[in-house]
Amino acid sequence: MLEGADLECQRGGRTLFRGLSLVLRRGELVRIAGPNGSGKTSLLRILCGLLTPTAGEVRWNGAPIRGLKEEYTKSLVYLGHAPAVKDDLTPGENLAIAARLCGMAVAPERLKAALERFAVPDALVRRLSQGQKRRAALARLLLAAEVPLWLLDEPFTALDAAAAELTRATLREQVARGGAVLYTTHQDAGLQETRVIEL
Amino acid sequence: MLAAARTILQRDLLLAMRRRGDVATALLFFVIVASLFPLGIGAQPNLLREIAPGVIWVAALLSSLLSLRRLFESDHADGTLEQMLLGAAPLGVVVLAKAVAHWLAAGLPLVAIAPVIALQYDLPAVLYPVLALSLALGTPVLSLIGAIGAALTLGLRGGGVLLALLVLPLYVPVLILGAGAVEMSAAGSGGEAQLLLLAAALVFAAAFAPWAIAAALRISSE
Amino acid sequence: MRWYWYASPQTFFPLAGRIALWCGLAAVPLALAGLYVGFFVAPTDAQQGEAYRIIFIHVPAAWMSMFLYVVMAFWAAIGLAFNTRLSGMMASAIAPTGALFTFIALWTGSLWGKPTWGTWWVWDARLTSELILLFLYFGFMALHAAIEDPRRADRACAVLALVGVVNIPIIYYSVQWWNTLHQGASVSLTRAPTMAKTMLTGMLLMALAFWLYSMAVAMVRVRCIMREREAVAA
Repeated sequence: MLEGADLECQRGGRTLFRGLSLVLRRGELVRIAGPNGSGKTSLLRILCGLLTPTAGEVRWNGAPIRGLKEEYTKSLVYLGHAPAVKDDLTPGENLAIAARLCGMAVAPERLKAALERFAVPDALVRRLSQGQKRRAALARLLLAAEVPLWLLDEPFTALDAAAAELTRATLREQVARGGAVLYTTHQDAGLQETRVIEL
Repeated sequence: MLAAARTILQRDLLLAMRRRGDVATALLFFVIVASLFPLGIGAQPNLLREIAPGVIWVAALLSSLLSLRRLFESDHADGTLEQMLLGAAPLGVVVLAKAVAHWLAAGLPLVAIAPVIALQYDLPAVLYPVLALSLALGTPVLSLIGAIGAALTLGLRGGGVLLALLVLPLYVPVLILGAGAVEMSAAGSGGEAQLLLLAAALVFAAAFAPWAIAAALRISSE
Repeated sequence: MRWYWYASPQTFFPLAGRIALWCGLAAVPLALAGLYVGFFVAPTDAQQGEAYRIIFIHVPAAWMSMFLYVVMAFWAAIGLAFNTRLSGMMASAIAPTGALFTFIALWTGSLWGKPTWGTWWVWDARLTSELILLFLYFGFMALHAAIEDPRRADRACAVLALVGVVNIPIIYYSVQWWNTLHQGASVSLTRAPTMAKTMLTGMLLMALAFWLYSMAVAMVRVRCIMREREAVAA
């Protein structure tokens, strides 16, 4: 489904990785592991199409993503380092906007249910703690069951035990449904991965 | 595609409303800059009447420049810009929606308050419509061109001054046309030519700037 | 087929050196010839006397300032379309020379304006748009200096260069579109020139000399950039 062929990444004069190839199929849960600064975020951004690799190509269902643009981005959910929520909006408003930007028409009840499941309070994001902001961002995953590819960058950051377990359950459910999940973490997340890619 | 554009437009307007202070500051800047000239040059009514179109336009230019930083910086900082890059709608459409929202929050108030400044300069009231129209046509062009600069300088140190250096040369034609429209009207020959050229510039900018802005955003997000 | 091979910095490096050498050597006699024609052979102008002779530097410099910007924009477009490293380096190599010629055009124009128009500067369409061109070159160089990653810098400056290319037709046609103090074009690609043959010869010789000089300097600069970015083994 998702294929990275011979990827090379150079940032700030350093070569982070070279000749990296990977394949991700439906129903696979893959972890990208490595110490800080090893290029995990860069690899994820290359796979999303946000970053152009110095060499190599990323292919989605056989076609290079450079040519696919929206066709590819519609099929993925990317959660980066930053929680991607606006400080001056409530989590509910943020989630509604995120859903509509991806072309999904989501009923308000589903939004509320997703936020309640992750125990996100209904206040301006500015007033939430780091963990609550991260949970507000993760709530998006509950609306993205039909999206085949999930690319998550350090999803377990700042989460307490309950939230981390909920996230693990969400990822397992998605994989069981036939989706593909690729996530990075610099520590063991307690999930049974299909494969681990070490950088 | 239109749904995404509407979403972004509503989002940005909502954010502007919740941060009314920023909008008010830019407007206040416009008023203050326009008030500096009589203090610096001397308050002879004839002189002020002559320089009024130019001064109001320069103040509008500088105020627009000031508010450009707001356009992409906060989205870039909290990660929402990346999500727009990965959204289902073409980036050009999203960017155009943002530029429109920016103009509604930053440019339109300038158009509304310009007659008050014109009053300070004793500009004849018959010129107010031309002034307002020239600003109404010109400030969107300023927003669009400025957005290109804002996208190119996203996240750079010293970004504000660099942005001014990049964008002001591109603003000059708009300034010449806008102020010229009012000056021609004042001289009695009618500012239609300048206004038509401004309208053409607006159409040209609306058609081509979004693609430049989108390209610049992708480059800056890498 | 063969020029694709030269798209790699490694293979272009020695070729750039050879181009620089030959163009530099050719520029010198042409410049000397052009200056000789301009200052000794061409007749005294009926209206302006001897002061007009600065035209032999002013006009070719102005031509180069516009031409180099278009070339820079061309390389910028190639770099954005094909994602090649060398195109961005070429654009950065051309920018300072383009700025130099713009400055020379403005400065010699000023020196010419004082005796003939009575003023060092006037805000007419052509001078204003040429001044904007200088700022566009400076903006290009400033943006490049402000971005640390060379590839991001190349691509951001490429977008900037392409946006600014709208200014070139404005400069060129400004004397037709507006009533300006600056005289109209006496040299055109389509009509016979309206000036004495020797004056034209002098200007064309100088233009050619400036062009060869620009190519030589750009090649030397691009080699420096290649070495700086370690695209080529030192």
